[in-house]
Amino acid sequence: MHEMGVAMQMVEIALSSIPKNINNPRIKKINLKIGELTAIVEDSFKFCFKIITEDTPLKNAKLIIESVPVKAQCQNCNHTWDVKNSVFTCPGCEKGTVDLISGRELEILSLEIEE
Amino acid sequence: MEINIQEKILRANDDMACKNRKYFTEKKVFVLNMMSSPGSGKTETLCKTLKKITPEIKTGVITGDICTTNDADRLKKTGVAAIQINTDQFGGDCHLAAHLIEKAAQNLNLKNLDLLIIENIGNLVCPAEFDIGEDAKAVVLSVTEGEDKPLKYPLMFQEADIAILNKIDLLPYLDFDLKEAVKNIKQVHPKIPVFEISAKTEQGFEPWIKWLKTSVKSKLMVL
Repeated sequence: MHEMGVAMQMVEIALSSIPKNINNPRIKKINLKIGELTAIVEDSFKFCFKIITEDTPLKNAKLIIESVPVKAQCQNCNHTWDVKNSVFTCPGCEKGTVDLISGRELEILSLEIEE
Repeated sequence: MEINIQEKILRANDDMACKNRKYFTEKKVFVLNMMSSPGSGKTETLCKTLKKITPEIKTGVITGDICTTNDADRLKKTGVAAIQINTDQFGGDCHLAAHLIEKAAQNLNLKNLDLLIIENIGNLVCPAEFDIGEDAKAVVLSVTEGEDKPLKYPLMFQEADIAILNKIDLLPYLDFDLKEAVKNIKQVHPKIPVFEISAKTEQGFEPWIKWLKTSVKSKLMVL
């Protein structure tokens, strides 16, 4: 699984975002946005994060994950809907090409540093 | 104190993929990323495809596996340049990332190629998440795997531009419902072209070869 690789990239961004002028910074929370269509297993991701942050200012930081539902839009009739059970066929006209509007997010939003 | 970041976690990979895409376009090469679960017949499909498109379409292959050079060895026998990436040197990654492609592509003479096919590591989950700088993605599903795979792995089938349904020569011996499988693929990706083939008997290859040749020529014409 690729959760370790994704967690490592996230940790790299988080560590480089900590202001250099803070002595012994401790990070309380990391706010993330993860789309429901991404292939990330939350438990595995958190497990990997814990292992790789043992000796860093991110140790014990809480991962706050905002889950983003999968939304699609039909190019033919412009109908927008929440995709459930992997059904990407437009419920309006059943024939249009479908654009994915959300569900692929994999973003780090912010860090909360202990003061 | 809250530090605002608002950044894509895979930005480093996406940036490298963008760089790869630009480089491949400069070299006038169409790049296809082929993905599937292990054992779906990607390598055999490629071997038979190469036999049909070369030398008309000058092709190179990058193939990824955790270990062994078996696939590159098989592909080289068709006469094309094939580069093997083994991810055990990089922690046994289950997918090819953009930086691995950048490195591997340096060992190919892209100036002399029209088409680069990247055979990803067998896995229906992780490779779908990583842009490697390709022009199109193909997913291969074989009839020995089960009709519901597209519903179980929606990201892969949603990301793919075409689907290849392989090993159809085995249909008489299986309970596999071909109509149901195509219906499931189209449920996840309504407009996706589906090519039903047998890499063993070469049945059904014509529409797939036509798609491939047209895609390569369309890119060259635009440039």
